[in-house]
Amino acid sequence: MVQVLLPASLVRLFPGAPRQVEMDAASVAQAIAALDQRWPGMRDRICDSTPAIRRHLKVFVDGELANLTTPLRPGAELLVMTAMSGG
Amino acid sequence: MARRILLLVGTKKGAFILESDSTRAEWTLRGPFCDTWPIHHVIADPATRRIFAGGGNEWFGPAVWRSDDLGESWTHSSQGLAYEPGETPIKAVWSLAAAHGVLHAGVEPAGLFRSEDGGQSFAHLKGLRDHPSRPEWQPGGGGLILHGLLPHPQDPQQFWVAISTGGVFHTADGGESWAPRNRGTRQDYAPEDQRYPEHGQCVHCLVMAPGQPDLLYQQNHCGMYRSEDGGRSWTSIEQGLPSSFGFPAATHPRDPATLFLLPLNGDQAGRFVPEARAAVWRTRDGGATWQALREGLPQQDAYFGVLRQAMATDSLDRAGVYFGTSGGELYASADEGESWRCIARHLPTISSVETLVLDG
Repeated sequence: MVQVLLPASLVRLFPGAPRQVEMDAASVAQAIAALDQRWPGMRDRICDSTPAIRRHLKVFVDGELANLTTPLRPGAELLVMTAMSGG
Repeated sequence: MARRILLLVGTKKGAFILESDSTRAEWTLRGPFCDTWPIHHVIADPATRRIFAGGGNEWFGPAVWRSDDLGESWTHSSQGLAYEPGETPIKAVWSLAAAHGVLHAGVEPAGLFRSEDGGQSFAHLKGLRDHPSRPEWQPGGGGLILHGLLPHPQDPQQFWVAISTGGVFHTADGGESWAPRNRGTRQDYAPEDQRYPEHGQCVHCLVMAPGQPDLLYQQNHCGMYRSEDGGRSWTSIEQGLPSSFGFPAATHPRDPATLFLLPLNGDQAGRFVPEARAAVWRTRDGGATWQALREGLPQQDAYFGVLRQAMATDSLDRAGVYFGTSGGELYASADEGESWRCIARHLPTISSVETLVLDG
């Protein structure tokens, strides 16, 4: 199992979605796919069609900056954060 | 039967809805909706009373928001609203049009999508981006955007799009193939012998006269134009206007010869209302002559602009006219532009204004 931590501004878009989710996933891409299964459309909010993590979001695995292909070990923590964005 | 007039307002920080009765004397404001995302265009499908809002958020990307209860609750989707992997991803939705049971969405970078399930999912109409002129399309000040969508009122296979800067294009086969419709519109920022190209003009706003699908009007970066043949050829109607530059245009709900404009002082002069005195310019004769309408509008120190989708009319008799400013003020006229009142201020920068008239 891995722990996924989501930003408040993201879960606000998906009524009922919690800030913290436990799931089985072996990579960041798999974790995001699992989120999308539970809350359809969440993948589009986190990833663009390149495909890549959106430019103004950052994901960290166990504190290290990660991307879609980053593997997740059992017990890993995946943190999704909004980057500084102005306007 | 009591009528409700809704103004659907897109802003840099969410969508808002103003509401009045048929007197249009008092307005109430609701919002911000859409989680305060930048919203470029808010429309209603009168057939379903469904409201759609198109925009894009720097963090979470593009989406079309939808409300089935006149703004009380909202959902969002971007399912299918994507180009092929490897292409520049879609940044935002810029324009929406609902007609014939279909929702179309224009996006940045310029492209066109179609939804047949009320905005829950979208399919790319690839024909437009396959047009051979596409490599020459250039981003304008707002990006490379498809900001104008004009469905044909009777024929679902026909519609027009406006791209900055690519020009006007028309399809007669539901979006499979496209033809440029720019002949006669000027491109002042090209060498003198190249000022009337087939495509590439900076169209700012494209509107259709009521009841006459072939009668189009176009505010361009370089001039104001009228076409009587569905955009195959355009004639300048800028004589009598204070400037050839502006963004919005709005047609009258019933009279094809009446049009409302809000010219700005020029693309290199600040892009605010001429002499810092606000006026809506109206023609009653298809652009042969123009009249400045100023009563109730600020006549000194007005340094605002009005964006391309930020002016609209309602369908009442006499028609209401509305525009929203870059400074977040919303002005309304209940007498076809003769007099004006500020009905909201201190809103975020206003991107779009549309109307929905409800019976009961």
